[in-house]
Amino acid sequence: MRDIKRDIEAETPLDAEALRADFPVLGQQVNGKPLVYLDNAASTQKPRVVIDRLKRYYETENANVHRGVHVLSQRATDAFEGARETVRGFINASDSKEIIFVRGATEAINLVAWSFGQKYVNKDDEIVISAMEHHSNIVPWQMLCERTGAHLRVIPMNRDGELDMDVYADMLGSRTRLVAVGHVSNALGTVNPVAEIIDKAHRKNIPVLVDGAQSVPHMPVDVQEMDCDFFAFSGHKMYGPTGIGVLYGRAELLDAMPPYQGGGDMIRSVTFKKTTFNTLPYKFEAGTPHIAGAVGLAAAVEYLTGIGMARIAAHESSLLEYATPRLLELDGLSIYGNAGNKAAVISFLFGDVHPHDIGTILDQAGIAIRTGHHCAQPVMDFYSIPATARASFGLYNTRGDVDRLVEGLNEIKEVFG
Amino acid sequence: MSELKQLYQEMILDHNKNPRNFKVLDHPTHKAEGYNPMCGDHYDLSLQVEDGKIVDVGFEGAGCAISKSSASIMTTCLKGSTLEEANQMFENFHRMLTEETSPGELPGKMCKIVALQGVKAFPTRIKCATLVWHTMKSALEGKEEVTTEE
Repeated sequence: MRDIKRDIEAETPLDAEALRADFPVLGQQVNGKPLVYLDNAASTQKPRVVIDRLKRYYETENANVHRGVHVLSQRATDAFEGARETVRGFINASDSKEIIFVRGATEAINLVAWSFGQKYVNKDDEIVISAMEHHSNIVPWQMLCERTGAHLRVIPMNRDGELDMDVYADMLGSRTRLVAVGHVSNALGTVNPVAEIIDKAHRKNIPVLVDGAQSVPHMPVDVQEMDCDFFAFSGHKMYGPTGIGVLYGRAELLDAMPPYQGGGDMIRSVTFKKTTFNTLPYKFEAGTPHIAGAVGLAAAVEYLTGIGMARIAAHESSLLEYATPRLLELDGLSIYGNAGNKAAVISFLFGDVHPHDIGTILDQAGIAIRTGHHCAQPVMDFYSIPATARASFGLYNTRGDVDRLVEGLNEIKEVFG
Repeated sequence: MSELKQLYQEMILDHNKNPRNFKVLDHPTHKAEGYNPMCGDHYDLSLQVEDGKIVDVGFEGAGCAISKSSASIMTTCLKGSTLEEANQMFENFHRMLTEETSPGELPGKMCKIVALQGVKAFPTRIKCATLVWHTMKSALEGKEEVTTEE
């Protein structure tokens, strides 16, 4: 049923121009020009419903969650736990106790690296990641390897930015404890074949963590259909608040894992002799959580669901199809990341103009892009480049935005000759 | 566009395209590496100092037009300068980009560093312009690695 719903959705294009009006920040001028925001892979703008929801939470519901006997505490708890259920439905987890609220994808991955790592990873074991990971899916594993004496294995990629699945299959062995891969590369836009990656690992009983920070905002995600064991994502990249994110974990794995942080909320009973830990999901949520953040994230989820993720994916895909040849028409422009299956992220270089100079000149034209290594230095090293300029699209971007980008790049030509 | 034109004025573009003293000295008395991990700008600077005077200076590396032209202009200004003048220029360069003072009010040798005053209107780019100047200061102070971060 889900697939049919997705197909119907995707066939009705969304009206990005109309949706723009939902985002107050997009209405402004930057450097005297109407803002074109093309830095969505770094962070997305927030619709009015999310901003209003945060305000309403603080104005009418705010208190600490759980155990409170007063009305506000009950309202806050209801809102917070309701948010968990909303997120569960959004990614189709089987149980809301599998939804752990964290600060963001980075904390979600660190949680698994510490907790799963402590229980299952020992000297000479192996963790498999890929050549196109964001630093947040490299460094926690390196730190784990440092602590335990385990080794990091890296799935290589080709020049187009596609993983070598044969090498990957050979990499999986008796010492492999976990595979951790990005669903979509923030630096190249590659959509990795996670179903195949998971299937190959599961055949050898190896669990898989998927970093979904760049996929959840842009395409339908169903964690049961994907069959991943862990799935990490951030609220602020999906039109929700900063400082809130989610770790989805299969209940039996999370149950077996030790707590990540100790403190209030994550315990069942505490004496100076012995502490027993709370059940899921609270075992992994020490201290007062970011209640407003979770509530705001749920508002973002409802907003996205209202539009339809398949429709958003189709819209962004058509923007990518429109933008790619238009950019390549520019003399000296080269795109990094040409995977067959690609999200609407375009990393590029333009002649010998340094990405930072591109970024400054575009900013003067009211166009926000990102320049630098995009927290993926190994990807830059792979192409022997220090940095790229990156335009990344979201649901509110239009073909007009692409035209403005091309116009801005033509101005760069004028400045640099 | 006027702020942009002032930033990317002809002298900056020229030094970016044809950087002066783009070389590593064979026998430097002082050297340092300048690196901005946020953007990847990376330069090696080497200096030859004799009797309190910079007799030769070279830099190599890669980065944006602002960092590279700033480095190139700096080397042309340093060549033949005393250490005292070099320090004065460092101070002036810093003050020009971070204080309200106009370049004309700054004391001592200014050389061509005024060409970079347009950077001041772009706060996110000031680190680009100052990177190699900090590298120079560290080299002269005997520290071999400098990093600046935004």
